[in-house]
Amino acid sequence: MQTFDLGAQGLRALNSALHALKGQTNMTEWEVINPKGSHAIAAGVDAALDITVRGSTGYYCAGMNKLATIRIKGSAGPGVAENMMSGSVIIDGDASQYAGATGRGGLLVIKGNASSRCGISMKGIEIVVHGNIGHMSAFMAQSGTMVVLGDAGDALGDSLYEARLFVRGSVKSLGADCIEKEMRPEHLALLADLLKRGEADTKAKPSEFRRYGSARTLYSFNIDNASSY
Amino acid sequence: MCGIVGLFLKDPKLESQLGTLLADMLITMTDRGPDSAGIAIYSAPQKGRAKITVQSSHPEVDFKTLDEDLKNAIGTPVRMLIKSTHAVLEVPVAQMEAARSALTHLRPNVKVMSAGESIEIFKEVGLPRDVARRFDVAKMTGTHGIGHTRMATESAVTTMGAHPFSTGSDQCLVHNGSLSNHNGVRRELKRLGMTFETENDTEVGAAFISHKLQTGESLGNALEATLTDLDGFFTFVVGTKNGFGVVRDPIACKPAVMAETDDYVAFGSEYRALVGLPGIENARVWEPEPATVYFWER
Repeated sequence: MQTFDLGAQGLRALNSALHALKGQTNMTEWEVINPKGSHAIAAGVDAALDITVRGSTGYYCAGMNKLATIRIKGSAGPGVAENMMSGSVIIDGDASQYAGATGRGGLLVIKGNASSRCGISMKGIEIVVHGNIGHMSAFMAQSGTMVVLGDAGDALGDSLYEARLFVRGSVKSLGADCIEKEMRPEHLALLADLLKRGEADTKAKPSEFRRYGSARTLYSFNIDNASSY
Repeated sequence: MCGIVGLFLKDPKLESQLGTLLADMLITMTDRGPDSAGIAIYSAPQKGRAKITVQSSHPEVDFKTLDEDLKNAIGTPVRMLIKSTHAVLEVPVAQMEAARSALTHLRPNVKVMSAGESIEIFKEVGLPRDVARRFDVAKMTGTHGIGHTRMATESAVTTMGAHPFSTGSDQCLVHNGSLSNHNGVRRELKRLGMTFETENDTEVGAAFISHKLQTGESLGNALEATLTDLDGFFTFVVGTKNGFGVVRDPIACKPAVMAETDDYVAFGSEYRALVGLPGIENARVWEPEPATVYFWER
């Protein structure tokens, strides 16, 4: 295992060392110490690495991640795993605003709570939150799956496209065009798999969740709404 | 952007380090706003004494014999401590208003930064590190303090446009964000007798809270009212003689992190600002909820 002291060696050295490993496939272990809330830690990694950050991170940790497994042994600042492509990001603590925003693939696991705009404009990413999520989460979410073991804040899934949302607790309010939908066997199977991969299968059962999705009424322009524009 | 830091001490043992801790926190936030920086420090009031912190662009002219001139005007001795472009004038509490009004005649170009029994505000254009050094912030002691580093959006980069803003005795406010209805609210507050030094949106937020407190509202209620009457983006951190409050607008896109231990409550625009605090490893760290008022009073 390689240990990188961010306090001593600096962010640019860390990220260029990680970027230089592009194409590596052997899941080399990396440990980043003294993160102290720094921004953009392990952003833009494009290699099958296993990176553990020992502490809390600032903006955009693990942004654009491809292939790597990135573990944060603390809480994450705004925009964690933003635009993730593949791989996984596992946060032991809480995540700030817009966790997993615009993510195209991979798995984001937040073991604490996520604040506002979690999964905003998600496009294929899978997100499992063990705690609660804040307001405007999954806003304009296009595809992918979000699983929330706790509660959701206001305006969940506003202007949603085809992303699937599963919430176990209460939903403070649903956003425009987001409705509750029936749970079918395939959804229970999908949940069982995702709870397992999201390290949440001992905390919750698939049958405890409710499913939310798009009513698809905003997909086409409706002349009756012209005055609203 | 803008960066905010705040520290409210519960353990008197840390009071001697308040300035050092706050200055370090503020310097960490430099890249959130390099235009200007300021700090409000609250120290235990001395019985019967008040402090007026004033600022001048020509301190060598304006502060010369200011203590003597003020003494002649109000009839009691005045203690003056000059720190760069600022001076702290100590007067009896009962004569604070008389001293303020005398100042407007004696030194029309001098601006009052703050007045009260425990508050002192120092703010200038420049980087947090330079501003902190200029006023020797690291040596300051006290019970609570708030710092701000500004990236100007709504008004000019000037000393008076820097934060904290003080619009009432022992009160101050710092702001990250921008208010969209400040002109309307300013007009209404002027009608109600509040006065303004700038065209700045944040000063309106400060005066709005000061006005509520003047009418007898609690700090909690005053902060609550910002959620209904102020429109725009805001994370506010507010100080009073014995209190420290935080409120974020309902959209809450301006970042905020808080930490609490048995010894202190701390605020930072980012977690980075808090990492140097003693015992942060075991602090309860959380993001303040949108449209939710937090306040602590001693």
